[in-house]
Amino acid sequence: MYRYDQFDERFVRERVAQFRAQVKRRLDGSLSDDEFKPLRLMNGLYLQLHAYMLRIAVPYGTLASRQLRQLALIADRYDRGYGHFTTRQNMQFNWAKLRDVPDILGLLADVEMHCIQTSGNCIRNVTADHFAGVAADELEDPRPTAELIRQWSSLHPEFSFLPRKFKIAVTGAEHDRAAVKVHDIGLRILRHPDTGETGYEVIVGGGLGRTPYVGKVVREFLPRRDLLAYLEAIVRVYNADGRRDNKFKARIKILVHEIGTEEFRRRVEEEFAQLDGPTINADPEEVARIAAYFAPPAYEKLPAKSNAYEAHRAANPAFATWADANVFPHRVPGYAALTISLKAIGEAPGDISSEQMRLVADLAEKYSFDELRVTHMQNVVLAHVRQADLFAVWQKLCEAGLATPNVGLITDIIACPGLDYCALATARSIPIAQALSKRFADQARQKEIGPLGIKISGCINACGHHHIGNIGILGLEKNGVENYQITLGGDATENAAIGGHLGPGIDAKDVPDAIERLVDVYLAQREDGEIFIDTVRRIGVTPFKEVFVAKTHAKSKEPENAVA
Amino acid sequence: MAQPKRVPLPAILLANDLLDGDVVFSTGNGWSRNPAEALIARDDAAADRLEAQAKADFAAQLVVDAYLVDVSIDAAGVPTPRHFRERFKTLGPSNRPDLGKQAQYASAHPH
Repeated sequence: MYRYDQFDERFVRERVAQFRAQVKRRLDGSLSDDEFKPLRLMNGLYLQLHAYMLRIAVPYGTLASRQLRQLALIADRYDRGYGHFTTRQNMQFNWAKLRDVPDILGLLADVEMHCIQTSGNCIRNVTADHFAGVAADELEDPRPTAELIRQWSSLHPEFSFLPRKFKIAVTGAEHDRAAVKVHDIGLRILRHPDTGETGYEVIVGGGLGRTPYVGKVVREFLPRRDLLAYLEAIVRVYNADGRRDNKFKARIKILVHEIGTEEFRRRVEEEFAQLDGPTINADPEEVARIAAYFAPPAYEKLPAKSNAYEAHRAANPAFATWADANVFPHRVPGYAALTISLKAIGEAPGDISSEQMRLVADLAEKYSFDELRVTHMQNVVLAHVRQADLFAVWQKLCEAGLATPNVGLITDIIACPGLDYCALATARSIPIAQALSKRFADQARQKEIGPLGIKISGCINACGHHHIGNIGILGLEKNGVENYQITLGGDATENAAIGGHLGPGIDAKDVPDAIERLVDVYLAQREDGEIFIDTVRRIGVTPFKEVFVAKTHAKSKEPENAVA
Repeated sequence: MAQPKRVPLPAILLANDLLDGDVVFSTGNGWSRNPAEALIARDDAAADRLEAQAKADFAAQLVVDAYLVDVSIDAAGVPTPRHFRERFKTLGPSNRPDLGKQAQYASAHPH
């Protein structure tokens, strides 16, 4: 993985010293709250409901064992012994004290980490496919591209005060595991159909939040050497023409929607033509230097199938169940990628204790070339485990409560922190996730239902990606009570789709029954081998809506429904 | 100039401690982390005094995000915010009863 050079190192250290001085000046009154707030946000420090929250960048979700151990140390020394992985592959600590943050930033700098650009109207942490370098359907590892963009966008002098935040995701695979179509810019590495040259499909203007859109293809094929100049042209057009009069209409998706894809493309191409590409694009030597950090690890030559693995599977049904759900095929014979689910039944999605962090770091060090990935699904991946070692890893995970076999299933729920932590939230998310997780805990039933993504947000900003959940849940406030809107048919993959509303919002206590009814419609209507989202596509929302609205309407007549 | 509409009374004043971020409650002449120690403003004069304190202590770099919250008062005289958002703020995360005010203070418990 990428290692800081002397410039990166000095820059991050200077940032820590700067922030230390800024905190001091805030406390002695030389900086007002209004002056200090953007400074703390630029260092990932928010003020939330109960405390400050510190968001730490995990570039494209890749962590070394020593970095995760450092996060565990920070969790124990300065927080409450746990952290939370987010849908941007970052980590958040929920109980940071302002007085401690400069020291925390210093500890992060010790392991080449920081919180820069995890907040504010700038280009945020670049995300990527969590199976980068592993998946058989991958044309090219997206992380060198993501790292190049990280370097280009870090403290970019022109793009530090954009109209609004800006999110970029990259995939190099056929199947989109990075939700690139719902990002401000999504990049898909592909091969030119005629020349065979690799380049990028450039998708712009996707996004969730209060106005969800699937992104539009602005360039079908961008030669790779032109990447940074083209990105510069896109962000420059946005910076100049994006709306600054209304925060809710300031994202690039609104600009693309308002002027249309054609006109947006024209403006970008015009800007791109005027730019001095060679001065912006990265030197091929630098690109090669970055790419070298992501060279495949020193795999052993192994048989495609491990007899030990097969024997353990046969002898231990619980292990086989876990492996069926959580193990992903690796393109190198004899290896596997495994997902450690942070969705234990009844627990908060994405939370991980310091003890668990240390165990995962140890497992990554011993079994997976010292590297792990955070997924936008709020899980953790060990990307290169020998099949023969899977059983030993599973046993360790079992001891730590980390062996929940539910990846991609109905209890693998994305949920934002919601009103249990977040100052912006309008309702809670975590208890809804917990209730659903308990409702569908039965393993055989989960397997019977098959792949089904539930995503929950506690406000319209959609950090929990509810719009692209096969079933989406949005928590709002209605008449002083938490109220939940249900959407159906969203899809985060290459078939990206925004879910449609099923009907009026419902009370928290009614959510599990409502979701169960939707699942029942699917089970009754599905054809052989058809997964949930495909049934929804085939039969449409009406059969689901009918059941949902009929029951909701009946319930609304019950007087106790009005009581929280 | 018209004043922004004040929350209905009775009300308490809560804020976040600047240095620690903890939720703090005005006791009338200082700040406490214990919600049971919050001074309850039952009339406009008392609410005015709380708002004056909010302004002064914000200016003195003691607290941030200070505002009045309307409360109901239970039989023991303990104030509970009427809105669920502020109730969570005086309790802690509902999924982690081991954290936040609810873990520290006997009087802070989910209603």
